[in-house]
Amino acid sequence: MSDQPSPQSLRTEAIETLLIEKKLLTSADVDSVLTTFSEQVGPMNGAKLVARAWVDEGFKARLLEDATTIIAEYGFEGGQVDKLIVKACSESVHHVVVCTLCSCYPWAVLGLPPRWYKDPGYRSRIVREPRKVLTEMGLTLPETTDIKVWDSSAEIRYMVLPLRPAGTEALDETALAELITRDAMIGVAAIETPS
Amino acid sequence: MSDLRLHGDTAPPMRNGEMVFEAPWQNRLFGIAEAMCQQGYFDRNTFRVYLIRAIAQWEAENLGQPDHDYAYFDCFQVALAELLHDTAAIEASVLEDRVLELKARPHGHDHSHDHDHDH
Repeated sequence: MSDQPSPQSLRTEAIETLLIEKKLLTSADVDSVLTTFSEQVGPMNGAKLVARAWVDEGFKARLLEDATTIIAEYGFEGGQVDKLIVKACSESVHHVVVCTLCSCYPWAVLGLPPRWYKDPGYRSRIVREPRKVLTEMGLTLPETTDIKVWDSSAEIRYMVLPLRPAGTEALDETALAELITRDAMIGVAAIETPS
Repeated sequence: MSDLRLHGDTAPPMRNGEMVFEAPWQNRLFGIAEAMCQQGYFDRNTFRVYLIRAIAQWEAENLGQPDHDYAYFDCFQVALAELLHDTAAIEASVLEDRVLELKARPHGHDHSHDHDHDH
């Protein structure tokens, strides 16, 4: 690796040092944000909601009705969710989430977005040809399944409630949560039946 | 097709998928912007407007070009620098001067956080 910092690294350091000198920020402020996001914000939060919804129909109804209130009750951190809407997949309808303009994403339940979510290819193509893109990403849906694409915005973020896989009837909520992936909650993957 | 990254792993949520940040400066940059938001210096929706503009500009200049490599965090950095300039927190010329100062710094300097070079 080169001993010379990248231009982007230098510019980031320049921004931080200037903000610190102007007393607008401290390094501890930045460290605190990053610690929170690495330890407390992530798709494990969304997985807890999905697992609970799979075992509790009343909770599922509430989640689909008002997910924003539910994540407040759970105390999930990650300030990008003004309004969260959860879309439940069924055998006839599959949901998938995108942000066509930038990278809006429900941090509180899914953490920070993966690289591909921000890629121009995903952002444009998932709207135009969702079935083809999902197939390329490894999710082949029956032709009879409708695909609905939800465009996140500054005001509304979406999360997908995936189908519970067969063969999981004996699993408790904790075990179910471990099956649930970030990608399934974006809608680009299915939950596999555990082996 | 585009440079959409394809994968289909089903590992547990905290471990599946690729890393969100590909270099330490990206992580730091995100932390700076989020800390400024949390302290009320600017709100996320304002930053989003700048980010959308930076992304649109990058796409206008690069999409369709061969071998382009999408640089989301470069756009993020442009957006943050422009917002800080427009809010008079850091003028663009001051930022450029500081970048030059840091670039001229001798190897082996002291610093308080990780970045993407060895020493």
